[in-house]
Order: sequence, then C-alpha cells, then structure tokens
Amino acid sequence: MTAVHDDKPLGHGRMLRKEDPRFVRGRGRYVDDVRLPGMLHLAILRSPVAHARIVSVDTAAAEAHPKVRAVVTGAGLAEQGLAWMPTLSNDVQAVLATDKVRFQGQEVAFVVAEDHYAARDALELIDVEYDVLDPVVDARTALAEGAPVIRDDLEGKSDNHVFDWETGDEAATEAVFARADVVVTEDIVYPRVHPSPMETCGAVADFDPVEGRLTLWSTTQAPHAHRTLYAMVAGLPEHKIRVISPDIGGGFGNKVPIYPGYVCAIVASLVVGKPVKWMEDRSENLISTGFARDYVMRGEIAATRDGRILGIRTNVLADHGAFNAQAAPSKYPAGFFGVFTGSYDIEAAHARMTAVYTNKAPGGVAYACSFRITEAVYLVERIVDCLAHELEMDPVELRSRNLIRPEQFPYTTKTGWVYDSGDYEPTLREAMRIAGYDALREEQAEKRARGELMGIGVSFFTEAVGAGPRKNMDILGLGMADGCELRVHPTGKAVVRLSVQSQGQGHETTFAQIVAEEIGIPPDDIDVVHGDTDNTPFGLGTYGSRSTPVSGAAAVMVARKVRDKARIIASGMLEASVADLEWTKGAFAVKGDPERSVTIQEVALRAHGAGDLPDGIEGGLEAQVCYNPENLTYPHGAYVCVVDVDPGTAQVKVRRFVAVDDCGTRINPMIIEGQVHGGLADGVGMALMEMISFDEDGNCLGGSFMDYLLPTALEVPDWETGYTVTPSPHHPIGAKGVGESATVGSPPAVVNAVVDALKPFGVRHADMPLTPSRVWDAMRGRARPPF
Amino acid sequence: MRVTMTVNGAEVTREIESRLLLVHFLRDHLELTGTHWGCDTSNCGTCAVWLDGEPVKSCTVLAAMAGGREVRTVEGLAEGDELDPVQRGFIECHGLQCGFCTPGMMMTSRALLDRNPDPSEEEIREAISGQICRCTGYATIVRSVRWAAEHEANGCPAHPGGTDAAEAPTREEVR
Repeated sequence: MTAVHDDKPLGHGRMLRKEDPRFVRGRGRYVDDVRLPGMLHLAILRSPVAHARIVSVDTAAAEAHPKVRAVVTGAGLAEQGLAWMPTLSNDVQAVLATDKVRFQGQEVAFVVAEDHYAARDALELIDVEYDVLDPVVDARTALAEGAPVIRDDLEGKSDNHVFDWETGDEAATEAVFARADVVVTEDIVYPRVHPSPMETCGAVADFDPVEGRLTLWSTTQAPHAHRTLYAMVAGLPEHKIRVISPDIGGGFGNKVPIYPGYVCAIVASLVVGKPVKWMEDRSENLISTGFARDYVMRGEIAATRDGRILGIRTNVLADHGAFNAQAAPSKYPAGFFGVFTGSYDIEAAHARMTAVYTNKAPGGVAYACSFRITEAVYLVERIVDCLAHELEMDPVELRSRNLIRPEQFPYTTKTGWVYDSGDYEPTLREAMRIAGYDALREEQAEKRARGELMGIGVSFFTEAVGAGPRKNMDILGLGMADGCELRVHPTGKAVVRLSVQSQGQGHETTFAQIVAEEIGIPPDDIDVVHGDTDNTPFGLGTYGSRSTPVSGAAAVMVARKVRDKARIIASGMLEASVADLEWTKGAFAVKGDPERSVTIQEVALRAHGAGDLPDGIEGGLEAQVCYNPENLTYPHGAYVCVVDVDPGTAQVKVRRFVAVDDCGTRINPMIIEGQVHGGLADGVGMALMEMISFDEDGNCLGGSFMDYLLPTALEVPDWETGYTVTPSPHHPIGAKGVGESATVGSPPAVVNAVVDALKPFGVRHADMPLTPSRVWDAMRGRARPPF
Repeated sequence: MRVTMTVNGAEVTREIESRLLLVHFLRDHLELTGTHWGCDTSNCGTCAVWLDGEPVKSCTVLAAMAGGREVRTVEGLAEGDELDPVQRGFIECHGLQCGFCTPGMMMTSRALLDRNPDPSEEEIREAISGQICRCTGYATIVRSVRWAAEHEANGCPAHPGGTDAAEAPTREEVR
C-alpha cells in the first residue's frame, strides 16, 4: 500500500487506511472467521411470546440428537448461580429465562452441537410449555392501575417503574414560560430503532480446564470492561480471562452491552470442555440485542414575539424494555439528555423523565446516540422549528438570533453542561453557503406556486462526547479513563497499544497518525494494537465518540512522554544540555547548530543499545499513560436537507444533504468525511424508513430486513460536506470526537425538511418514520404517533 | 452428497448435506471467510459471489446448486499481489470502513464494470442497491467504482475522492 499524505510526510492529514489491504482481500479476521480445533456450535432457543410463565421445558428429544453435546435451560444455569447477570445499569437481566419470559425473542435454552445446522435442528426438538400473560406493550400504559407487573423477580416490585430523573430549574423555567409572548408545545416521539451492524453479535469461548484460563473472541466495543464483568459474573479470576475483540463488522453501540449469548458460550465451553462458537442471525440481532431511542417527549418552548428563545422544558417517557440494560455512565440514567438546550443561549430549562419497563428487548443507548444526545438534539431542533412555524420566521434566522456566541465559551448551560468551545455562526453560514440557501427558498416558492412539494430542513446541533471525567463518570464503578502504551523498537519502528476498539472507524490509521505527529516516526512505521485485553492497557472502549477525546489524548500524552525521554537521551548523544535541544518533527538538533542532530530512530537505537545513557535514565524507549479527561468535548455542526415529496404517492426523496461539521483539529479529513457520510445515511434511514414496532400482543414487527428497512444506495443522495475548525481547549491537540455527530444531527434536518414541504397542508409536526403512508396521513391532517 | 465445483479457478470436491447454503460451504468447508453472512432474508448482499460470472447472493444458493459450476469470491479478485482496480479504488476513495460489506460490494462492482466500463453514478447506485452498507453512506463506494472505471480507461487520476479530501486542511490552517 502506498500512503497518500498530501505532501505531509508525517502525522495529521489525509492518509489512506492501514486496515484496508486485508479487508479488500477478504482477509479481515471477524469473530465468525475464528476456527479452533474441536470447536462446537451453540444456538439459542428464544421465546415466541412477549410475556409468559414457563410451565415446563422438555429437552429430552434435543439431547437425543446424535450431534448434540449439551442442552442447557434456565433451571440448569440457576443451579450454578448463572441464570441472571448484572447489566450496565445496575439492574439484572436473565441469561436464560427461569421463572418467565419477558419479551419475544428472550433466551430460554441453548444447544451445543457439532455444527450450527445441527444446533438449529435441535432447537426445534425442545418443547416449552408457556402460560401466556398479558403483555405491556405501550409505554404510556406501563404505569396504569392494574398493568401487569413485568419484573416480579425484583423483591417488592409491584409496578413497571424504572426511575425518575430531572434536571434544570423548574421554578425558573415556569417563570420564563409565564412571561413569554409565545409558548409552543408539541408531542414528539423518537421511535424505537436498531443499530443493526452488518455483522451480528457473536463469540467464541475457549476455556482451558488445565490452566483454568478462558479466552473469549467476541464482538465487543469494550473488551476490558467485558473482561471485568465476566470475572464478576463467572467467578473466574480476571488475570485468567483474555477477551479478544478482533475485526468488528460495525458496532454503532450495538456491541457495548454483554448479551446472554456471550455468557451462554462461556458456560458451554466450561461445561463441554471445548471451544464453543455462538453467532446470532439477523432476526435474533434485531429482536433481542440493544435497541435505540424509544423516547416519548413533550417539548415546550417559550419565546418573545421577535424570536428570542427564553426557555425549553420537556417531559419524557422512556421505554427501557424488560430489563434496564442501558449502557450509560452510572450517575446518568438518562445519559446526556441534559444537553437538550442545544446550541442556544436561553434563560431557563427543565426536564423531567420517567422510565418504564415494557415487554420488549432491553437497550436504549445505542446507534451513535452519544448517550441519548440523538434524542436531546431531535427534541430541541424539532421544537425550535415548531416555534419558527408559529412565529412565521425563517428557521435559520431564528436559530441565528439565539446561538451561543463565541465569547461565551466555556459556556455553562442551564442544565449544568460546560461546553468547551464553539464558533457557531460561521459554521451556520458555511452550511448556508454550500446549500445556496436563499436560492433554495426561491426555488421552493416557485414550486409551491405550481403545487409541487419541496422542503428545506435545517438543524444546528451541539454534541457532547468523550466520556468522561472520572470524578463523575463511571460504568459499573469503572472510571471512564483510557490507557495508551507506546513502545519504540531499537530500529525506530513503534507499536502503540490502545484500550479502545475500532469497529471500522480507522483507529489503526489515525492513532498511528497521532503518534507520528508527536514523535516523528512515519505512521507506516507504527503498528496499532487494540482489542486484546492481554496485550493492551485497560480502558473503557469505543462508543460515545470517545476514542479521539479520551484515548486520542492518551496517545498524544504517551508520545510526548516518550519524546521527553528521547530528548534526554539525545542530549547525552549530542553532549548538549536538554534545554539547548530543538525538536523538529523526527529529530533533535542543537540550537543554532542544526548540523549536530540525531533522529528519533538513532535515539531509539541508543536507548536499547550499547553506550552510557544520561544519569538516571533506564534503557528502552516506552511509556504508558491513563488519560482522565477534564471535560467532554463539544463538537457542533450545521446541516441542511432538501427533500421533494411526491404529492400523488407521498414518497419522500432526499435530493440534497449538506453537512458542515466542526470537530476541532482534524486528524484525518478522509476518515472524518466517511464517518459523517455513514451517520447521514443513518439519519435518513431513521427519519424515513426504520422502526422496530410491536403489535398489541408484543410481537416484534421489525424483526428482519424484510420489515426493518435500511437505506440502500438508492435512498440517499451524494453527500455535500464542509467544515470549520474550533479546537477543544482542553484536549492536547484540540481534537473533538465526531463519529456520532451526523447520526445525531441529521434526523431533525430530514424531518424538518419533510414538515417544511408539507407546510401548504398546515402540518407543524409529524413523527418518524416518515414513510409514504405516514406522510400521506399527515397531508390529510391525520398525522399520528408511530404507535 | 458429493459436490464438485471450481472456486477461484481451482476444482474442489466435498461431501456435504444437500441443504447446505453456498455461503456456509465457502466459509466453513473451504475456509474462504472473505464472503460474509449479514442477514437471513437475502437482503444485505454481504454474501455476494459470482456463479458462472453472475453475481449471486450465496446465502440464497444451495452449495449443491453450484455443482459443476464456477464460483468466484473476493479471494479470487486480485491476481497474485496485483489488486484489481476495484480493490484499489475502494482503498483510494475510502469506500470501506468496518469492511464487512466490502467483499460483496466489490464483487458486484467488478461485475458491473465488466458489462459497463463507464457507468454513471445512477447506474452504480442501481447496481449495488441489493447490498447494504452501514458505515459509508455509499457515496465513497460510488466514487471507488468510478475510480476503478477511470483507472481502467485512462490510468490513475491524481486526486481521488470528494470535495472534503481535496480541501483537506494543512496543520497550519488549523487555528
């Protein structure tokens, strides 16, 4: 592979990916590619109903199958104390159902067989008798008098309440609402969707009974956190567990939680004494693994008649499914939803939330949500558009009047979030320039006069990524810091080991670039190792766009630490004082005498080689750091979407999409652009096509790609991207996260565009997904919630 | 049952169950794991291979049906160390991220270019519309295929990629 650096020999800038050569040859190493001697295959029997008592489970016929090695039920696991496991939200979740099933698709038993076809055959031979109970399907009825109690496993639990949460100042917010000229209220639903990575979840567990050692290949975005949890659940000592997250075929938050299938594979390997592979199919992925969103929000906004936003408040009902397995920092049960005040300088804000159990799969935080910021941004960007509609004001003008100004940063929001930096107006202007906003409005006016439906939607968002400062952010007690280790070999090549885990975001390339820029070794000479808990430093993994903010900072700091040591060694080699040395990328030279210099490669050889080192300096050239960020990073962006709606079929066509993102210092513009493109496709999918829905019996109606519609190349336009650069002041190279920005920022732009197209019909709001039938209804004044 | 077929130019014979899907035959029996399995309803196309020169979804073909026929997978796309222009296009234009859909996308793209050496953006989008990608948003895949087409016609363009790539800021521009 030849790397193109755009005339930049080192570090930051466009660079082709180091990962690609193996992927384009079909030589990636994904979990289902793992083959071990004697490996067996595991398949899971799932509940056909949403809510039922388990009367009996008859496994005799399955056990008699000639290729079956083991059949395990919930009762079997209960005997070993493994039937339940802790979730990332301090709730518990059934590994295999014991007393009753609580959602359709829930794990009831598993089979281990010689091949996966036989394992699937044997599932058909298990006979389970269910006593079907009334399910709770609609979250709005979960707390009603007499609603069936889903979690009767929890002692004393007599309702379906999970938690209440609030943020902001209620009294102050009431006061600004009382004196506002205009108050707009809208019920806004963010329907349940699913991250649906192309590779489903799976694992290969290999327990070695002689050494008492477990090796687990698995689709995990957080291998170290998983290892610690397995140690707690399975009772194995942590140093005897090795979690390997190999190449991952997309994660999007789907691969953060621990799923029952992983635990089943571990148990199976312990029981059978052989390696065991579990790989779910697509339907299993859609019906049982972590969903996203499912927030029912009432949004309210108060403003003056001339468009000064005074306050925003909201009441949220959160559907968490049957177990609270939401992956969020412990002290943030609603994630970072508190940033719902968005990019606007307002006087007061308040949010109140209630979360409930329903007979559905667990999850909530996934699909590039940055811990519920998708929901927060959707709420604020939708309600601001509703206000623009009410005031008959241009939505760009309304936003422009209320944006936080650059001199206000660091800006503390009315809900207590400290935005690090932002220069919003230029970003908004850049998006309008690329889109040709004024011309678009003229075109729209002409088309409207002809009865054509064209819509222009805008969103301006502020993200909050890079969790997070350990003083207030942890997952199950593990502080959200990340480690990085750098080792420079004698010949000046290097290896950098990360605690985070790429699922396609290009870490093997960009982390080499970060280190290259700091230490002057070409990125092609730096290997990046990640995803192997035996060979990487501890850290919390990749999600919430936290890799660059946390682990990226760690990579900078460790490279600088190594460089500091190299400088001392160089001073010995050059017989000059440390203070007299000048660093130009890749070499130390004596100030004023550039002929006297040594390269980092020469220093590396000296560090490992013969000859004295300066006093107090040990041999070798390596270091490790664990980076505790002082704050999150707050990237922002301005998006414009243009749609055409067919008045005869109500079909929405996204004609153009302009995305201007500002994530501070840009490590690899090519990779950022790709991240943005992928997120924009997510946004179009969610806005127009995707939804996991249920019928009144709790049957999942979005359980395959026949029903759960993802955009193909025909549903999305050629994206138009731009950028501005406002570095993060607290990040060592000013870089902010960006991976989830487009997924966060694009759905409101698409919905705002469709609603704008439907303006002639008096439509102010319509809920996602804006399928032809739902748009058709909205055009006829019958806009309805998605469920 | 016994099945014999040609895979990437080499004849293979295996004893299989008649119900075995081609995708699993390739992955599990021949250990050609470049071909992936992403859904169970024939929608995603990560399993796309060629059967007698036609792209097919190998999850929707029985291995037995490939008996006596020629199969080509991603492992057979490069000629030795020499990557196919489609493979190079995907690298040059960042047409892949997690890499899971990539083998199938490239097999379809190669088939398209063999039939239509100068496809328009619309024709490329149509050709890959039986395949889902969750990472790229498709635009760079379209560019990758165009890169391959242009490379085959004229040699390599100097600056592949989109607007953003062309405008990549230098370190000095970062304020």
